[in-house]
Amino acid sequence: MRVVLAEDLFLLRDGLTRTLREHGCEVVASVDNGPSLLRALLEDKPDVAVVDIRLPPTFTDEGLQAALEARRRRPGLPILVLSQYVDQLYANELLAGGDGAVGYLLKDRVTNTEQFIDAVRRVAAGGTVMDPQVITKLLSRSRARGMIDSLTPRELDVLEMMAEGRSNVAIAAALHFSESAVAKHTASIFGKLQIAPSTDDNRRVLAVLAYLKR
Amino acid sequence: MRLKRALVAVGRCQLAGLLAVAVSAVGSLVVLALLLLPIGAGLRLLVPAATALRALSDRSRARAARWTGTRISPPEPLGAESSGSRSKRAGGILADEGFWRDLVWAWLEPWAGGFLVAVPLMLLWYGAFGTLVQPFVWRHLGPGNWYAFVPVSSTPTMLAALALGVGFMVAGVSMAPGILRLHGRWTRLLLSAPRRTELTRRITQLTDTRARVLDVQAAELRRIERDLHDGAQARLVALGMTLDSATRLLDSDPAAARGLLLEVGEASARALEDLRNLVHGIHPPVLADRGLGDAVRSLALDSFLDVHVDVRLAGRLPAPVESAAYFVVGETLANAAKHAGAREVGIVLDHDGLRLRVSVTDDGRGGADPAKGSGLRGLQRRLESFDGVLTLDSPPGGPTTATMEIPCVLSSPKTSSC
Repeated sequence: MRVVLAEDLFLLRDGLTRTLREHGCEVVASVDNGPSLLRALLEDKPDVAVVDIRLPPTFTDEGLQAALEARRRRPGLPILVLSQYVDQLYANELLAGGDGAVGYLLKDRVTNTEQFIDAVRRVAAGGTVMDPQVITKLLSRSRARGMIDSLTPRELDVLEMMAEGRSNVAIAAALHFSESAVAKHTASIFGKLQIAPSTDDNRRVLAVLAYLKR
Repeated sequence: MRLKRALVAVGRCQLAGLLAVAVSAVGSLVVLALLLLPIGAGLRLLVPAATALRALSDRSRARAARWTGTRISPPEPLGAESSGSRSKRAGGILADEGFWRDLVWAWLEPWAGGFLVAVPLMLLWYGAFGTLVQPFVWRHLGPGNWYAFVPVSSTPTMLAALALGVGFMVAGVSMAPGILRLHGRWTRLLLSAPRRTELTRRITQLTDTRARVLDVQAAELRRIERDLHDGAQARLVALGMTLDSATRLLDSDPAAARGLLLEVGEASARALEDLRNLVHGIHPPVLADRGLGDAVRSLALDSFLDVHVDVRLAGRLPAPVESAAYFVVGETLANAAKHAGAREVGIVLDHDGLRLRVSVTDDGRGGADPAKGSGLRGLQRRLESFDGVLTLDSPPGGPTTATMEIPCVLSSPKTSSC
């Protein structure tokens, strides 16, 4: 897997490069600022990019801007954005195209190598990965607005993991259910919330997120 | 609509003319009191006369603001309001710069101000005479009957006079709003507080707000220090200790060491969480990245209410203003959710070239009273250091609109970054 990496702090860039290499990824470009990132995204044609949101020269959301611009020019270009904080506005902007192949994770998540690499792979494969913190906020908002009152606690757990972008297999493993039980729960959730069910994992995430953002 | 406004202005010109007469009368009374001062009777008359004059000038100031939006800073209250013997109060009045300004105004207003507002009225009445009276009377008046520069002695000249009269009326009515504005400015020229009073007031206000800003800043620094000390710093110390134990156990009890290392991982995650919350409290990253518009949009997304945001800002505001405005919007949104029981909120951000204006309207139950809530007072204080104002319109039953205005410049996009 060919990866473009953008991170301005040397220590983190180094660590991430090592982690990615150890898991069989080829880091084709590792850059430390916005303009170089945009160039690398468009010229190196990576399978996936791992991008820190805050980059020089402005030290604002340079990384996100480059990612959004690259995806405007090449829709569906897989990008996983890392940040010290998550903001709903940025999550929405990343999801806006509806193409999938995006991820938005807190930087802390890289400390769990396995989950981080799993997220990189899912994004590379066209999936959507949202940080649990984004989903927790969305869910508490939906709960306060009475949008998900009809769900059982179990179904809420499943909904949360679906919104994070996990597959039925992953949800089953995490919640110690059988896969068929997960399928039953998802069917029930879609029925209660009146979301059109979809067998395609990615479209399912987007539908769930769209519902929660209402 | 424009015609209605112009007619209202005509009415106001008429009123201003009548009031100029009243001002002249009261002014004469004051002059009489001054003339009578040597024989003592003036003392008796001066206090009520000066107070009456001040009441008139106060009303004139208020009217200028109401009619034409001309804000006139009021002078210090008249010395007469302090208690004391009659001669002392009279002395206070005579030493008051505002009193002499009132007097100059009372002397000039009937001539200059009165003449000004009379112009549209004269045009209107003379025009009405030409339009409504001349057509019926010219036959009886015979030669030597003139209307303005038209000798009215035949039907064509009568029609010319009629047209001229209509022209006069139109001119009178259409110039009335402009004349009224001019009158407002004239009133401001004469009646605004003496420069020294304004400056003294400004200094007092700046000293107050500066002291408050310093207090707030110091408190904020203390809070940050405490948060770091009790939060991330403490967690890092604990983390170091756990790491140390784990290192010692590594050979003798690898399983226990492993457990401790997992703990270290969790503790570091919590330390990061602490730091993240702290940073967000100091300066929300989205505000730094994108400016006020997107930061408010982000607030809207996090709110449990239905929040509609309308941003009409083409550029970035000074960072301290953005920060204060963001904070106030956040608090107002929280209030709408907590106290007003609102469901929907509309936020408009606008800049008119001179000041930022943010209005937050909710559909809650209303009845919010700035005098009661200390929270609202705190928001007002926060804006004061920017010369900003917060006004609240909250009739019982709603809707509630909080509007803040902060004078500031809007810089064009892209130039503010780097």
